[in-house]
Amino acid sequence: MGRYLLRRLGFALLLVFVVSSSALLLTQLAPGDITSDIALGVDAETRERMRVELGLDRPIAVQYWSWLSGVARLDFGRSLLYSRPVTTLLSERALNTAVLATAAILLATLIGLPLGVYSGSRARGLGPAIVRAISVAGLSVPPLVGSLFLVFIAARTGWLPVGGMTSASGVDMAWGAWLADIGSHMPIPVMALALPLAASLERLQSQAIAGANREPFVAASRARGLTQRESIVRHAWPASLRPVLGLYGVMIGSLFSGSFVVEVVTSWPGLGRLMYDALRARDLYLVAGCAASGAVFLALGTLVADVLLAIADPRVRAEGRS
Amino acid sequence: MTRRAALFVLALIVFAVSSPLLAPYEPGRAFRDYLHAPPMRPQLSGVVHPLVLADRLEQRYEADTTRTVPLPWFGAGLDAPVFLLGSDSFGRDVLSRLLYGARTSIGLALMATLGAVTLGALAGAWAGYRGGWIDESVMRVADFVLVLPVIYVVLVLRAVLPLVLPASTVFLLVSWIFVAVGWPFVAKGVRAIVAAERDREYVQAAQSLGAGPARILVHHLIPACAGYLIVQATLLLPAFIIAEATLSFVGLGFPDPVASWGTMLAETANIGSVARFPWTLAPAAAIFAVVLGTNLLTADHDTKNDR
Repeated sequence: MGRYLLRRLGFALLLVFVVSSSALLLTQLAPGDITSDIALGVDAETRERMRVELGLDRPIAVQYWSWLSGVARLDFGRSLLYSRPVTTLLSERALNTAVLATAAILLATLIGLPLGVYSGSRARGLGPAIVRAISVAGLSVPPLVGSLFLVFIAARTGWLPVGGMTSASGVDMAWGAWLADIGSHMPIPVMALALPLAASLERLQSQAIAGANREPFVAASRARGLTQRESIVRHAWPASLRPVLGLYGVMIGSLFSGSFVVEVVTSWPGLGRLMYDALRARDLYLVAGCAASGAVFLALGTLVADVLLAIADPRVRAEGRS
Repeated sequence: MTRRAALFVLALIVFAVSSPLLAPYEPGRAFRDYLHAPPMRPQLSGVVHPLVLADRLEQRYEADTTRTVPLPWFGAGLDAPVFLLGSDSFGRDVLSRLLYGARTSIGLALMATLGAVTLGALAGAWAGYRGGWIDESVMRVADFVLVLPVIYVVLVLRAVLPLVLPASTVFLLVSWIFVAVGWPFVAKGVRAIVAAERDREYVQAAQSLGAGPARILVHHLIPACAGYLIVQATLLLPAFIIAEATLSFVGLGFPDPVASWGTMLAETANIGSVARFPWTLAPAAAIFAVVLGTNLLTADHDTKNDR
């Protein structure tokens, strides 16, 4: 297990390095730089001075090298757009994205798994059919569509505040009120993210439990006198968990892409939003930093999912060792 | 599954190609007197009451019940346009733009799907057939692409290029970007199938008849993956439609005058306007419908496998 984790960690580091370097170099190759955006009305001489001050006039290789030696000390440079260290910006925003993603995963799990067990353990009937229909519909609501629709409903009815993470007055609120404020801003982005995830979890759990119910050991547990409920909870469900846990690793990726869209639609100040702003302003170091934390986010998420899978299934552990 | 999927895709192509015939107006035609006009409800007799501006500032309209105009396909003049799905902030007909947008969005997604499936099938089959270091390196690259934060990669690749490009260039560019991130999904499965099929008798028979690797791959091994390829295509197609919508939504896809579902949705980013003019959400409904269609195909497939 230790060596397996170490290898994964090495791969993740390589990934972060390649992704952030190529993001930096690609953005550098792009036409224009930060000065063409923030200094629109400025004459050429001032612009040149700005570029010298920001170090943008140096050759690409030199810029890259100085950035890289900073990265080795976990210093991702200064954001040209916000004039703050990239690492502080990133840690703030990454936390916001993590809050969103975690809440979405939890919600999707709480909805998807029980419904999947329910619909999978009954072959026919109205209830499972309704659950299945809702799931297939839910699968077809990508976060972009879902968040636009929810924002529309919220704006129309005024049930929930729309846009951002806190209200404008959020700065001078007491702790409790501040948390409640964030809580009232969360449902829209979280629901938009969670809906397709919950639907795919429900579908997979349903199929997995239907498969597990056909296993001889479940029939044996019924023969020993367990009720259907007991045999599902104690025998069928644990056996069905493996494919379901496997899905979490896949979900991390779509969760990540989804959170970008949802953050842009609902103005949630997360990593995706930051990346978007950085790209539009050609803020090199911020782009590279965002790409790096995106890679970290994905690598970490997949790692957690894999570890869960390894805990649930001894066969995966054995594979990792070989 | 195979036949139904093929029919569904065929229907999408026909629908997308025929948009100029179906659309009542040119997608870029702006009726300046009808900004944000609401959808007009056709009467049972097939005619529509034209709209009269009630309040220019609030963009409020009222139906003039004393007059009628025919539906746009039956000779409604440009002086009294008929908006069956309303109009957008430039006074452009949402229905026409939705239809032309289908051509852009579905066309792009189909192109990208075709490209990704082809590239993935070739790379996967080559890796699986040859084995050894070729297999190893192709699959390493595929694995690497699979763990990338795809959305950031697409964003960076698109943002690197000049933002304002002609629509046809954007079309090609974005579909290439999609192919680049989509092929590994296909390649991994194809490689597994080909590696398993490689030693079967029919392949040996073909080899002993003197068939070269190219012929064996194209005529024998890739056809063996046909079912898998079709399933992958039905998964990639909706993903690419959503990806185009996302890119255009954030302003990194098609430029505004081009009608695509993403550029149309970009208008709904304004919360105040979407609450008052909900018909501008029509492309979201269209995306939902297409994705639902492909999901029903695959769901159908799943339940059959269960039995």
